[in-house]
Amino acid sequence: MMTFLTNLVSGISLGSVYAIIALGYTMVYGIAKMLNFAHGDVIMVGAYISFCTTSYLALPAWVSVIFAIVVCTALGVVIEGLAYKPLRQAGSLAVLITAIGVSYFLQNAAQLIWTSNTKVFTSVVGSGSIKLFNGQLTITVAALVTVAACIIIMVALTLFTTTTKMGKAMRACSEDKGAAQLMGINVNRTISMTFAIGSALAAIAGVLLCSSYNTLIPTTGAMPGIKAFTAAVFGGIGSIPGALLGGILLGIIEVFTNSYLSSELSLAIVFGVLIVVLLVRPSGLLGKYVPEKV
Amino acid sequence: MLKVNDINVYYGAIHAIKGVSFEVNDGEIVTLIGANGAGKSTILNTVCGLLRSRTGSIEFLDKNLGSIPAHKIVELGMAHVPEGRRVFLQMTVEENLEMGAYTQPRSTIDPNLERVYDQFPRLKERRKQIAGTLSGGEQQMLAMGRGLMSNPKLLMLDEPSMGLAPILVEQIFDIIKRLHERGTTILLVEQNARMALSVADRGYVLETGKIVATGTGGELLRDEAVKRAYLGG
Ligand SMILES: Nc1ncnc2c1ncn2[C@@H]1O[C@H](COP(=O)(O)OP(=O)(O)OP(=O)(O)O)[C@@H](O)[C@H]1O
Ligand SMILES: [Mg+2]
Repeated sequence: MMTFLTNLVSGISLGSVYAIIALGYTMVYGIAKMLNFAHGDVIMVGAYISFCTTSYLALPAWVSVIFAIVVCTALGVVIEGLAYKPLRQAGSLAVLITAIGVSYFLQNAAQLIWTSNTKVFTSVVGSGSIKLFNGQLTITVAALVTVAACIIIMVALTLFTTTTKMGKAMRACSEDKGAAQLMGINVNRTISMTFAIGSALAAIAGVLLCSSYNTLIPTTGAMPGIKAFTAAVFGGIGSIPGALLGGILLGIIEVFTNSYLSSELSLAIVFGVLIVVLLVRPSGLLGKYVPEKV
Repeated sequence: MLKVNDINVYYGAIHAIKGVSFEVNDGEIVTLIGANGAGKSTILNTVCGLLRSRTGSIEFLDKNLGSIPAHKIVELGMAHVPEGRRVFLQMTVEENLEMGAYTQPRSTIDPNLERVYDQFPRLKERRKQIAGTLSGGEQQMLAMGRGLMSNPKLLMLDEPSMGLAPILVEQIFDIIKRLHERGTTILLVEQNARMALSVADRGYVLETGKIVATGTGGELLRDEAVKRAYLGG
């Protein structure tokens, strides 16, 4: 029973990280209609920035998180402006290949700057934990903070897209860019803004992920990136609640297969579930279906 | 108000608009009529900046629109209600209308909403409804209401009566006439050439990307060639 609870808690915590990353994929996909495969690597950059700030500059952890967010936000906007914006009229294959190129570029740049040696990442929230049920159930502070961060981000984004002018303009762009322009919305600026938000979230995810795993290498972001992408598709790409649901479910499935079956199987099962969901519901669990009137 | 001078528009190798010039004066209703594929929508999309002409110029309120991006042109006082409505299906009626007022100061939104709701009471009843669940006619009203939210000086309407029941078509044309009386300048594209010409001050007839005839609404209604081609004999 306690193993079950322990697994559930770590599943939800891991899933929360996936959800935060998946949000970045889903928002960018929703608006730019592209899969930003470099998103996972922005996570890695965020983690390195945080690592450098605390290790080399000896600044407090919260400053390092802010630094990571600032650098990643700028990085996201620059990547969009330099690599994707010139391809606005190009086919989706060209954009996809460019995104993969950007991903390799970031990994290799990180290797040049920080070498491929594993860095030991000190958790930004300390290594404390809470013990429940006479010490049978241990919940780390990192896990709690991760889940809390995920909830706060989710609520903030929902409020942003439903109540602010900028947020509504984003939804308008995600539906119909031409019509959005006819309303006077600057579509290019809206796309940049989306990349900025997605990349800021990636920075937070990177710091949280490494706070749980404590190691950091240039490919740290790749696998979580792919899994979060799976989570986004699983939940319904383009949908914010879908990213949350997909992320959490994926985290739980992964932790449970690791624990009860085998860690080798966990990826196979994660992707197996994705395939089944897509066969039954091609638009994902919460994917939107809006009848179009002609 | 609007001066279009010798525009040529291409879709890749397709030469869709071939040296078209026309103008719309302050306070006029001008209509463009022509068969399917003649290039009417292409012209409107070029005027509002979504498409670009390779030659010539487009002047709006004595400003050359040259390389001004579409979203900036809206700020100058032009609203385009595009073909096929293009309302934001996943947003509510009221959110759609708010988007129409995107370039406007906050303080103008409420009075404009009231005005649009006055004109389309149906929209008021459904203000919280998701636009995707409106009927086709209601979506058309929403598209028009959204265009009016920016208090445009020039309103361009691309087939506003498409797919509507006759009674609703009447209503749309009534609204066009009322807007005209209040001084809004209107550029109207219509399949329903008879209706369009009867409300229009002037009209242009478009054939495969070229203007082949022009005159007042009345003149074109009586023109033999126009009668044969667009008014069913
Ligand atoms: N995106 C596009 N790509 C290629 N060709 C296009 C495109 N849009 C329009 N065309 C072509 O340009 C020509 C003019 O089209 P346009 O939509 O302006 O016609 P229209 O007069 O509005 O017709 P309708 O009354 O059917 O709406 C047509 O021959 C059409 O096939
Ligand atoms: Mg048309």
